[in-house]
Amino acid sequence: MSTQDTLASRRRALGAVIGLFVLFGALATGFFRVQVLASSTYKLRADENRLRRLDVAAPRGTVYDRNGLIIADNVPGYTVTILPASYDSVIATVKELRPYLPLSDLQVSRLEARLRLYPRQPLVVTMDAGLEAATALVERRTEFPNVYVEMRPQRRYVDGPAVAHVLGYIGEITAEELADPAFPPEDYEQGMIIGRTGVEREYDAILQGEAGVRFVEVDALGRIVGDFAGSTFRASVAGGDLRLTVDFELQQWIHSIFPDDKMGAVVAIDPADGGVLALYSAPTFDPNEFVSGVDPGLWETLNTDSSKPLYNRAVLGLYAPASTWKLAAAAIGLELGVISADDHMPIPCSGGMTYGNRFWRCWRPGGHGPLDLAGAIQHSCDVWFYQLGMRIGLERLLRQATDVGFSRPCGIDLPEEEEGVFPAGPEFWEERFGYTPTEGEALSLAIGQGPNSQTPLKMAQFYTALARDGSAPAPSLFLGRTDEPEGWSLNVDAEDLEALRQGLRQVTGPGGTAYMSSLEHWDLIGKTGTSQNPLSLQGLAEDHAWFTAVAGPPGRDPEVVVAVLVEHGGGGSAVAAPIAAKTADFYLRRKYNIPVDTIQTLREHLLVGRSFTPLSLRQSATP
Amino acid sequence: MFGLLQRWVVDGRFVSSLFLLSLFGVAMVYSAGAINTPDPVVTEAWRRQALWLAIAVVGFTVVSRIQLRWWEWSATPAYVFALVLLAATLVIGTGGTGTAEGTRSWIDLGLVRFQPSEFAKIATVLALARFLSTKDQPPNGLRDLLAPSFLVAVPLCLLILQGDLGSGMAFVGLLFAMLYWARTPLLLLLFVMSPVFGLVLTFDTLVWSAYIGVLLLVLYLYRYRLFLYESAAVFVANVAAGAIAAPLWHSLRPHQQNRLLVFLDPTVDPRGAGYNLMQSKVAIGSGGLTGKGFLQGTQKRFDFLPEQHTDFVFSVIGEELGFLGVVLTLLLLAYILYRLVRMAEGANDAFAGLVVFGTFGVWLVHICINTGMTMGMFPITGIPLPFVSYGGSFLLACWLAAGMAARLAHEE
Repeated sequence: MSTQDTLASRRRALGAVIGLFVLFGALATGFFRVQVLASSTYKLRADENRLRRLDVAAPRGTVYDRNGLIIADNVPGYTVTILPASYDSVIATVKELRPYLPLSDLQVSRLEARLRLYPRQPLVVTMDAGLEAATALVERRTEFPNVYVEMRPQRRYVDGPAVAHVLGYIGEITAEELADPAFPPEDYEQGMIIGRTGVEREYDAILQGEAGVRFVEVDALGRIVGDFAGSTFRASVAGGDLRLTVDFELQQWIHSIFPDDKMGAVVAIDPADGGVLALYSAPTFDPNEFVSGVDPGLWETLNTDSSKPLYNRAVLGLYAPASTWKLAAAAIGLELGVISADDHMPIPCSGGMTYGNRFWRCWRPGGHGPLDLAGAIQHSCDVWFYQLGMRIGLERLLRQATDVGFSRPCGIDLPEEEEGVFPAGPEFWEERFGYTPTEGEALSLAIGQGPNSQTPLKMAQFYTALARDGSAPAPSLFLGRTDEPEGWSLNVDAEDLEALRQGLRQVTGPGGTAYMSSLEHWDLIGKTGTSQNPLSLQGLAEDHAWFTAVAGPPGRDPEVVVAVLVEHGGGGSAVAAPIAAKTADFYLRRKYNIPVDTIQTLREHLLVGRSFTPLSLRQSATP
Repeated sequence: MFGLLQRWVVDGRFVSSLFLLSLFGVAMVYSAGAINTPDPVVTEAWRRQALWLAIAVVGFTVVSRIQLRWWEWSATPAYVFALVLLAATLVIGTGGTGTAEGTRSWIDLGLVRFQPSEFAKIATVLALARFLSTKDQPPNGLRDLLAPSFLVAVPLCLLILQGDLGSGMAFVGLLFAMLYWARTPLLLLLFVMSPVFGLVLTFDTLVWSAYIGVLLLVLYLYRYRLFLYESAAVFVANVAAGAIAAPLWHSLRPHQQNRLLVFLDPTVDPRGAGYNLMQSKVAIGSGGLTGKGFLQGTQKRFDFLPEQHTDFVFSVIGEELGFLGVVLTLLLLAYILYRLVRMAEGANDAFAGLVVFGTFGVWLVHICINTGMTMGMFPITGIPLPFVSYGGSFLLACWLAAGMAARLAHEE
């Protein structure tokens, strides 16, 4: 047993105590840095660890019609979401959910694709789980600790097919759209439901609202702990409501009277302000099918169907305007002073005329004889309008019609609109067809044929100008529209306008082509059109049928303009005119509280053995 | 009555500090079990820890009755037995859990599992103390350090073979602590340690060259105090360390390599080895000044924190009790170490002083590495915090060592 050297021990002990001070001082400093200096960073990290951010969907704004009827609103739908975790574990959960949710193999593979694209986002499995499935999942919470079931407002269209082409449809934002500067990242993010077409798209910024934020607490394996409902951090802000100029019941009425087997479009405009009363394209589709993600089979059908149900013919369909355009030629002639209202053309109609080295036929082989402007419009006499075209001359015709705006879009507040096709000058033929046009082209254009294609909406706007003072505002769907798009102006004085309207009045008067479509209570004037098209020229199908109508109470300013196009409908008077007349009648009857009757046109009255004295006759009886 | 108590605890301030720390440990192990997804192993750990504490106190009572001559007598047989046990562990040992996974350092006796390394630490302290206390002069040259180093190197190599780097560090700690206490010149200790620096600094050739230059300069300045062969040995050892750095690195097991890499940059492997460190730092940092409150730690509750009742129990302290709790705990730990220094200083016997200071060395390494690794100051090593971390045999071993130290320090 050897004793310790006391002095040496004391010195070594002192050294050890100093060492202890240094070491523990260093440790305390280290903890001070992490716990005091960097504490806020780590607090944030701890919250990020245990809290998962979930969006609280905002209900889209309600869409009302001009009378305050609801066109689109929201109903509760159950959304099933899987919280982010490893790819394998999320997919395993999807498979475990299949007994409760009807998920097709295709849907599962789409979910897999989406998960690969956005691995750190909550995966929305379905937005349309039924109440039963939702209840079952909530009851089995312990089996599905990473599954979140919530009620989200879901879009509902009251009568989807009737308004499909006005409202459009909604869908989840795509990866391409997210990369598009039109969808700024501060407003749009993955998983958002946005308007894809129509008003839903055009006014998405108003309808969208602002998603809220909710947090749920999770553990390290991503399982929800604590309150299943989570805590709301920021409430969602509901989207703004829209009141449209559209008359919902008129839309439904048009949907009910438009022939089921026909394609085409109907546009009704209030001439007072250019508000669109109805905009319908046939065939149609049901936007409700898109609300919780369109079924891939249906999507395929809608896109491959030869009748193109998703195609909005009213604003995108381009058709030769045919005789409905004769009014434009006449207006240009009056404006240039090459004709006056009671001029007769030098060559009376004998079924056609010779110009250049070719014989130009009138649609009526027997001829119309000598006609004034009104008579020429009433009978839609081609020979009269050929001579008008000759008088105006090709160059002036092209310039005037272009100035008026036949190759411009109307400016409607929809995301897509096709502008009319009309040559601005002779170079149009050179570029497109490779030849210099002759004066003969003016003859074709004057009767609405030739390289002239217009949308039903454009023709409605043109007739709105005729119904007013020669000018027409841009058609609008939203009552609170703030931008002021350029309107349309014909530069025709009041006297000449009245002469044009007189011609239109005779169309629906006795002896006119659309007399059978005249109405009991209303002054209905209009113009038929029969538009040749590639199929009809080969004799494979009928011509397209046009009717553009202007109507209102007798002796008052017109209150509704209707343009109807029926593809391959044959003559304008037979198919298109009754639709236009019945549309105008329905709108005006409801406006003036006259009970709506399905027997509306003169033809319908005669068929059921009733009759009325057309207004045109009553008026001429009392000059 | 008080005198009886005084005799029982041997050293009042030392033992009451240990008892306070152990009770605090049970409380923190209890808190570590307050998790959202109950796991009976973790949730019930505090009960077993409390039971083991009772056993450990009995063990302390027994051990602190053993006279110095018995300790001296038992040193050699205990050391030999420890080596046998460590060797046997290589054959029949099983893996640990958590951060000690991938090692083979446990012996499973059915009812209890224990780590022979805990026993080997005490045995090696005894053997080394016995060896150093028999010398009349303090070690005064590299030659004098060969035998002590060899005594420690044998169990250390066996531990490295087991893959238990953490316990290995404790052996290095006890060696240097006891050589220091045996009055080895500090410069000599630095020369002994220098190949480790040489090893670490090889990551950059330029830095390593500069280091060798400084080393040569120091050897030159002290040329009259060293034998030539010593200077040569130090130099050769440093160069050799530089040369074997790469092969040594590749001989490390992947989990050991990862821990070192992650220590340098936790973001290297945020899902794997870096995950533990990141989550531990988040837990400690989010505790802030005053902590989230006892039982209230979210990192722990929601399973983000790994091994929260064993190796990372200090992270729970940091998260729930904040910087203030950390400082108080560190103060208590430092006080215990301080008591050991004072006990070693006050020992009448050279052997006793060496044993007490060896215990100091072991605990110092445990405490510094365990607390330091929770916030990235040291690499993550599977090394528990004495008296606090859950682990029955470890708690018992700590209390037995405490009994031994207390008894030897106060031997008349």
